[in-house]
Amino acid sequence: MQFARLLHWALRAMVLPGLSCAAAEPPPAALREFAIETPAPGVYVHYGRVQITTPENAGDISNVGFVVGERCVAVIDTGGTYAVGRALRGAIRRVTDKPVCFVINTHVHPDHVFGNRAFVDDRPEFVGHARLTEAMARRGPNYLNALRRDLGAVADGSELVVPTRTVTQTLALDLGGRTLSVRAWPTAHTDQDLTVHDSTSGVLFLGDLVFERHIPVIDGKLRGMLAALGELKKLSAKVAIPGHGRAASWPAVLVSEQRYLERLLAGVKKAIAERRTLAQAVQTVGEEERNEWALFDEFHRRNVTAAYAELEWEE
Amino acid sequence: MKVVCSVLAVGVLLASTSALARGSETDPNQSEIWNKVHASLFQGARFETNAEQVIVLETPARAEDASVVPIAIRARFAQSPERRIDKVWLIVDGNPSPLAAEFQFTPDSGRADIETRIRIEEYTFVRAVARTGDGKMYMVANYVKASGGCSAPAGKDPAVAKANLGKMRLRVEEKPVAGKPVLAQLMVSHPNDTGLAMDQLTRMYAPPHFVRRVEVRYDGKPVMTADVDFSISENPNFRFYFTPREGGELEASVVDNQELKFSTVMKVDGSRVASAQPERTPQ
Repeated sequence: MQFARLLHWALRAMVLPGLSCAAAEPPPAALREFAIETPAPGVYVHYGRVQITTPENAGDISNVGFVVGERCVAVIDTGGTYAVGRALRGAIRRVTDKPVCFVINTHVHPDHVFGNRAFVDDRPEFVGHARLTEAMARRGPNYLNALRRDLGAVADGSELVVPTRTVTQTLALDLGGRTLSVRAWPTAHTDQDLTVHDSTSGVLFLGDLVFERHIPVIDGKLRGMLAALGELKKLSAKVAIPGHGRAASWPAVLVSEQRYLERLLAGVKKAIAERRTLAQAVQTVGEEERNEWALFDEFHRRNVTAAYAELEWEE
Repeated sequence: MKVVCSVLAVGVLLASTSALARGSETDPNQSEIWNKVHASLFQGARFETNAEQVIVLETPARAEDASVVPIAIRARFAQSPERRIDKVWLIVDGNPSPLAAEFQFTPDSGRADIETRIRIEEYTFVRAVARTGDGKMYMVANYVKASGGCSAPAGKDPAVAKANLGKMRLRVEEKPVAGKPVLAQLMVSHPNDTGLAMDQLTRMYAPPHFVRRVEVRYDGKPVMTADVDFSISENPNFRFYFTPREGGELEASVVDNQELKFSTVMKVDGSRVASAQPERTPQ
């Protein structure tokens, strides 16, 4: 492996500080009408498209929101590009002049964090799970590379911004007259999931612990996702905002995801018990869920892969 | 017009390697990385034209989960004293370390087949190069598209992977019959971590920690030996063949780049599908 290591270091040596310049151009067409809904007083949500990131949607594929207190504003996720982050910031400014004091990232996935850059000049606290910085370090280069590959110029200005305040268990954020409770979860959708609860309005931001219409995605642990659903059910919420899809009645919104994950669990366990390989299992497991979800072809086989790699050690 | 500029080190490495590696989707010989590998690792060796009569490479068209991409390399014939494959290289052009694995087989391997799981960083050719007992070289290549969005080659839960370091499972997948190649599987719990280079953004650093060598012996004689690195997925998994006689022991030993050693042994029992009892034996 001598050769491999030499090549590896030779390539690493090629790293030089690059210069990325993004002109403050008008937003992509997809973001010109950046619709905001108000599920409760002082709580605002923009629902991203249930799609994968494309130049046409400019990375506007996840739900982002903000909560306005008497003193300042907290942002919950910032969208998949700098352009989405700017559109969100514009929407906030149409509602209030109060400063943005917190930008919370519910997890590391690019569609939730690449808009952070749009808020840097506001000098907020960037709030993330205690493992978010490491996840950004491990995944950031790949995410940025993929974003540029997939979006070209639409990705311009998109950058990672790491947390300045991290959450190990829970954290209370005072916005003046209302307090947000941020909760860090054990490995579920990812190993750095957060939820955000506004006790004043009863609105619960779920991040990607819960998907609606959009097929659930496992990038952490299948059993962890199921465990999180069990815990979430115990919480009371007036309105629940999933990371993808529409707000729905609580906790009924969990039912479809739970069914999907339980079928996946049973199907993968059966495949392993029958000595089917990973490559074989992805061909068959969970096909009965195909018509229940958007983006099944984009994520289902990936979920089977993740579940198989997790569950094969349980035998 | 306001212009926002920022210094970015992150991503430049990958952007530059991928541009080199991607090459043409249709012609595996146009990849610049491959041309370098061909010159340095294989000294520009000539490849025979009938590779598909010697080996088959199975890959998914798309890396559904970039951190766990199942691949299989299959020999088109059983190992025999007259005709055998003694070495197979697995190369992923678009990865930071393109040489993912070198597998060595013997007549006792029965078949020079290997299945494993790899990380895929980018749209890339994946290739298998085989050397037969007569010294001839063969290459097959498949193009694999990286998955978009949130699929990344990084592990899913580095903390858990570290906690389970070194657990091993070894098992025979079929009822062993003396003299016939039988399929076996080795699972190693290991983060197989590429490590983290210090960057300006996160200030995080982690040294690489990965399995570098795997040896499987049947009754003391090698049947599958692999020199590998972090292009192999977290929790390295290998499916391979060996030719049992009556009874005997199958033994697997693993060494990582920090010189941690793990091994496990199982009895091959012809009367049933043997399942492995072993737990790890740190040495």
